[in-house]
Amino acid sequence: MADLRNDFVGIKSPNPFWLASAPPTDKEYNVRRAFEAGWGGVVWKTLGEDGPPVVNVNGPRYGAIYGADRRLLGLNNIELITDRPLEVNLREIKTVKRDYPDRAMVVSLMVPCEEEAWKRILARVEETGADGVELNFGCPHGMSERGMGSAVGQVPEYVEMVTRWCKANTRMPVIVKLTPNITDIRLASRAAHKGGADAVSLINTINSITSVDLDLMCPEPTIDGKGTHGGYCGPAVKPIALNMVAEIARDPETRGLPISGIGGVTTWKDAAEFMALGAGNVQVCTAVMTYGFRIVQEMIAGMSDWMDRKGFSTLSDFTGMAVPNVTDWQYLNLNYITKAVIDQEACIKCGRCYAACEDTSHQAIGMTPERRFVVKDEECVACNLCVDVCPVEGCITMRRLAPGEVDPRTGRTVPAEYGNWTAHPNNPAARAAE
Amino acid sequence: MANTPLTPGIVSGRLGAEQYRDNFADKAPPLTPHEAAVAADRCYFCHDAPCVTACPTAIDIPLFIREIATGAPRAAARTIFAQNILGGMCARVCPTEQLCEQSCVRETAEGKPVAIGRLQRFATDTLMAAGGHPFTRAAPTGRRIAVVGAGPAGLACAHRLAMKGHEVTLFDARPKPGGLNEYGIAAYKTVGGFAQAEVDWLLGIGGISLRNGMALGRDITLDGLRAEHDAVFLAIGLAGVNALRAEGEDKAHVRDAVDFIAELRQAEDLSKIAVGRNVVVIGGGMTAVDAAVQSKLLGAETVTMVYRRSRAAMGASEAEQNLAASKGVRIVTGAAPLRILGEGAVEAVEFAYTKETASGLELSEETFRLRADQVFKAIGQQLEGAPEGLALSGRKIAVTGPGRTSLPGVWAGGDCAAGGDDLTVTAVAEGRDAAEDIHATLMGEG
Ligand SMILES: Cc1cc2nc3c(=O)[nH]c(=O)nc-3n(C[C@H](O)[C@H](O)[C@H](O)COP(=O)(O)OP(=O)(O)OC[C@H]3O[C@@H](n4cnc5c(N)ncnc54)[C@H](O)[C@@H]3O)c2cc1C
Ligand SMILES: Cc1cc2nc3c(=O)[nH]c(=O)nc-3n(C[C@H](O)[C@H](O)[C@H](O)COP(=O)(O)O)c2cc1C
Ligand code: SF4
Ligand code: SF4
Ligand code: SF4
Repeated sequence: MADLRNDFVGIKSPNPFWLASAPPTDKEYNVRRAFEAGWGGVVWKTLGEDGPPVVNVNGPRYGAIYGADRRLLGLNNIELITDRPLEVNLREIKTVKRDYPDRAMVVSLMVPCEEEAWKRILARVEETGADGVELNFGCPHGMSERGMGSAVGQVPEYVEMVTRWCKANTRMPVIVKLTPNITDIRLASRAAHKGGADAVSLINTINSITSVDLDLMCPEPTIDGKGTHGGYCGPAVKPIALNMVAEIARDPETRGLPISGIGGVTTWKDAAEFMALGAGNVQVCTAVMTYGFRIVQEMIAGMSDWMDRKGFSTLSDFTGMAVPNVTDWQYLNLNYITKAVIDQEACIKCGRCYAACEDTSHQAIGMTPERRFVVKDEECVACNLCVDVCPVEGCITMRRLAPGEVDPRTGRTVPAEYGNWTAHPNNPAARAAE
Repeated sequence: MANTPLTPGIVSGRLGAEQYRDNFADKAPPLTPHEAAVAADRCYFCHDAPCVTACPTAIDIPLFIREIATGAPRAAARTIFAQNILGGMCARVCPTEQLCEQSCVRETAEGKPVAIGRLQRFATDTLMAAGGHPFTRAAPTGRRIAVVGAGPAGLACAHRLAMKGHEVTLFDARPKPGGLNEYGIAAYKTVGGFAQAEVDWLLGIGGISLRNGMALGRDITLDGLRAEHDAVFLAIGLAGVNALRAEGEDKAHVRDAVDFIAELRQAEDLSKIAVGRNVVVIGGGMTAVDAAVQSKLLGAETVTMVYRRSRAAMGASEAEQNLAASKGVRIVTGAAPLRILGEGAVEAVEFAYTKETASGLELSEETFRLRADQVFKAIGQQLEGAPEGLALSGRKIAVTGPGRTSLPGVWAGGDCAAGGDDLTVTAVAEGRDAAEDIHATLMGEG
């Protein structure tokens, strides 16, 4: 049996599945249920300064994007940080941590950009016995207008400064949560690193408007005839999050900086992908908001089943394994030549591959009157679009031409050796270098 | 004392009011918007979709389903009606398991096709409930066309002609329009007076004057129609029935299934329709199934359908056979009637088992009898009252291309014309295509 125990910047948890700072971790009742269900840790819903708490809207907070069968693919929210008194949250954190000493208890924080404010709250969090803090520099709405959240996260100098204050004022590990609403995520992670962060976590939600009510002519969610941008999350954001995690993981300036992967994690497989790209663990929000806490059982069982199959006994056996394989386009092997192949037995003759290739790609699929679909190797550029649109999994595959075979499209023999754009004759830069 | 299924003889009121209501309720109730959304999401939007090829009216199925999926069911209905103005009835009565849904790639993929028929009903019901007519007429052409027979073929033809700007007179021998939609289709397929509502809605295009109670050969003649119109379309269906040619066929309570069904369809109150305790239906097609099932639903104790060939050779689809079986109809195949027994009225039917031989179907020595106080003959309808001078092909009006008969200016379509299946949707396709040809011919001339 694979060992799923996780050690993230010294914070131990029985598995790498944490709940992200959000409604699922907003109070004792939820967090106890989460721990009972099997979650390895939580990042408590973001706390603010002492004093009257923020207030949330009293109309809808969420907008949604659906796939077939109303499957929730993307969620958008305009919620703020916790709207419960600091006092109450701290008391609850303390009792839950006392009752579940083996689980990770990290507390998310967002206070004004003054050292004193951070110092004050850090001291109070320490008293709870929490394992660490996460600095919320990511929230894209509501708080940023008050000079917090992504307003800080978008300015690398502020990220570094606040991180440094925190490191100077607590013995707890400091995780810096990054906003994706920035052009180059590495600027923020480098700043956190310079400030002394123990880790970064990402992504927070993405600025978004999910939809427009065409009767009211107003963005959704609609509050009394008006809407505002919110933060987007859920399965739809996973590709963006994976890329940002990978960018940081392979950045020489932050090499080795621990990463907690967040954004669209829904299944064990999503988690394994984040971890393969360098995340030390993952955090989940939308998936539990959609299906409830019980999904962690699938994540635990699925991850350990996969690890057993692969022969991985601990998480570190595969963490970061995919990072060396993330490269820049110019280094991809242009001598790797493939052709689409349609399995006639599996084909159900829907013609989608034909429509896609004929209308929008390279006219490389032939169609007979009996609806037999066959790839024309002399036209196929191996774009893979047909594979992506085919409703039957595994029906279309990409066959690699062996070195020495002739590519019927170009008439050229497939070279055995690797060859990329940097040395390609069509590359003006390559010629200049000669 | 009230009657029950066990009451001997042919009596009405075998069931309680609630049972009649349940038995004759909508066979496949309309999809709710949620169900429609889920069903529509399953469509792959195939290229040159096989379901469209399989639809005799070639409705753009992937397009209309996509319109439903994106929340535009009225646009979906327009897509349907553009090809098939009786798309509402077809959604209810088409044997989809032999047409579009049989060819659906999801039938191939997982034995569960997209619910095309029910989605079509969802769209067409939505548009029809909104009221109004979705098409407008072209500028008047001044041409006058006679359409004889207001069944699906005649209605489809009349509508298309009216849309093109022609003036149409639609004659029908029966008191109500609709043809077999009104007098033939099983009651549970088209509940709530849908057939008449659909005709009224269809006539909303304008330019069609309906003349019921006008029979060709009795009240009007083909020559007369030709003299007064620029073209004639014949869509008189199959008004005659085939004879059983079994001894004793003339005994009381031996009846044509189509008459029984027509009576049932016209009944205000189903508890007034008399049915036997032991019913025997002879035949293996759609009409036989409908007569058998509806006899059972009216409270007959036993209903047996007897067909002379094998199950696979039956005209009724597997889905219809299953429906009959699920309602408690017993299906006997490979047996043909020898004689009807009884004093004056039928008491039993004697059958002989049949053998398929190289020279055709032969009767074997082995016989059996079925108790029966009512027998329905459902062994096929035939053309009746076709005007003199029209060439026939087999026992139907010979046509070439889009319904051209041997007489200039005379077209024919639907069940009365040779070729094509005897289905509502085929009749619609033939009526529509004849209208297009009539239009092209008339306008080409002028
Ligand atoms: C019992 C039964 C059940 C059926 N169930 C189904 C089903 O579930 N699904 C399906 O697709 N198909 C079904 N069919 C077949 C379908 O009803 C026919 O194929 C279709 O109605 C043919 O249309 P039509 O317009 O050619 O003829 P019809 O519908 O028969 O219409 C012909 C019209 O012409 C009129 N007419 C006849 N003679 C004259 C005359 N001399 N002068 C003036 N008018 C005349 C008639 O009154 C009638 O209104 C069923 C048929 C029967 C008998
Ligand atoms: C309703 C809602 C409220 C959230 N509130 C916070 C918050 O207070 N602090 C924070 O750091 N992130 C907050 N988030 C962001 C999540 O922690 C997480 O980063 C994001 O949802 C992406 O993960 P997911 O795709 O698994 O949902 C919130 C998300 C949602 C949906
Ligand atoms: S891989 Fe691209 S080019 Fe080749 S057949 Fe598929 S869609 Fe066409
Ligand atoms: S998309 Fe797939 S199933 Fe459809 S025709 Fe092409 S290969 Fe066959
Ligand atoms: S065959 Fe089935 S999946 Fe394809 S377009 Fe038709 S209904 Fe849709």
